[in-house]
Amino acid sequence: MPSSLSPAPASPCSATGNPTGAVSAHRAEVPRLRGDLGVWLVILLELLTFAILFVSYAFARTREVELFNASQATLNLHTGALNTVLLISGSACVAASVQAMRRNARSACARWLLAALVCGSGFVGIKLWEYADKLAEGVDLSTNTFYMFYLLLTGFHFLHVLVGLLALAWLWLRTRRGAYDRTDCHALETGAAFWHMVDLLWIVLFPLVYVMR
Amino acid sequence: MFRLTIARTWFLLVLLTGLTFALGEGGYFGHGALAPVLLVLGFSGIKGLLVILEYLEMRKAPALWRWLLVGWLGLVLSLIVLAYWIAL
Repeated sequence: MPSSLSPAPASPCSATGNPTGAVSAHRAEVPRLRGDLGVWLVILLELLTFAILFVSYAFARTREVELFNASQATLNLHTGALNTVLLISGSACVAASVQAMRRNARSACARWLLAALVCGSGFVGIKLWEYADKLAEGVDLSTNTFYMFYLLLTGFHFLHVLVGLLALAWLWLRTRRGAYDRTDCHALETGAAFWHMVDLLWIVLFPLVYVMR
Repeated sequence: MFRLTIARTWFLLVLLTGLTFALGEGGYFGHGALAPVLLVLGFSGIKGLLVILEYLEMRKAPALWRWLLVGWLGLVLSLIVLAYWIAL
């Protein structure tokens, strides 16, 4: 088939689906899932798992409202809010890194990824401090139902943050080595999707566990 | 243009987090009222939608995926409201 008649292969990265930007209106609007389908299926599974945990917490609370309210009052709302801002900022940095790579701005992409790593590391540091504080108070999984859910929900989420940070660190190293460009940033989009999922989960977790009584 | 969108989204997310924090610090909870719960979960709903549509770029994704995520958020928040309403 003559090349003039065959459409240019769609880029897996560019927002329009074509790195040249010379696309028809139809092509520009073709919906596309950003990131790897396999990882997206994992994301759906994680969302389902956390949904069960969130709803279980809320309904377990209906049986012991006073206990949940009293235990929740011992949590540090300031660190919870600060961690929310750190995750939100990390997500913004990751989104900016993907956009930078779509412009072929590799250095900017690497800088945004590094900024996201700093935000995520800040979250980890604060969470470890919070856990150390609770352990010093003698809190563990068997203390009461609230703390069981608190440790389970935040601990499980914490593990996801660590996995996300490892992925971001790997993407940062690969970006610095020039592994990606505007026509090949599928891995970046996949890592970004996972990180945004971690952010989305915390957006529900923070008011549920730290704020609402 | 995209970076401006990312920055605006970030600003809204931080603003809504600040409002959630202020409600928590202000002692509006624990008086047997559902209104603060609805307000805070409303903020979470908006924040979740911003992350889903802007950062996860679901606005440009196939409709099935977009509605799966938006549906997840709506269902989880609705069930939490139901549980808090039962607990009143």
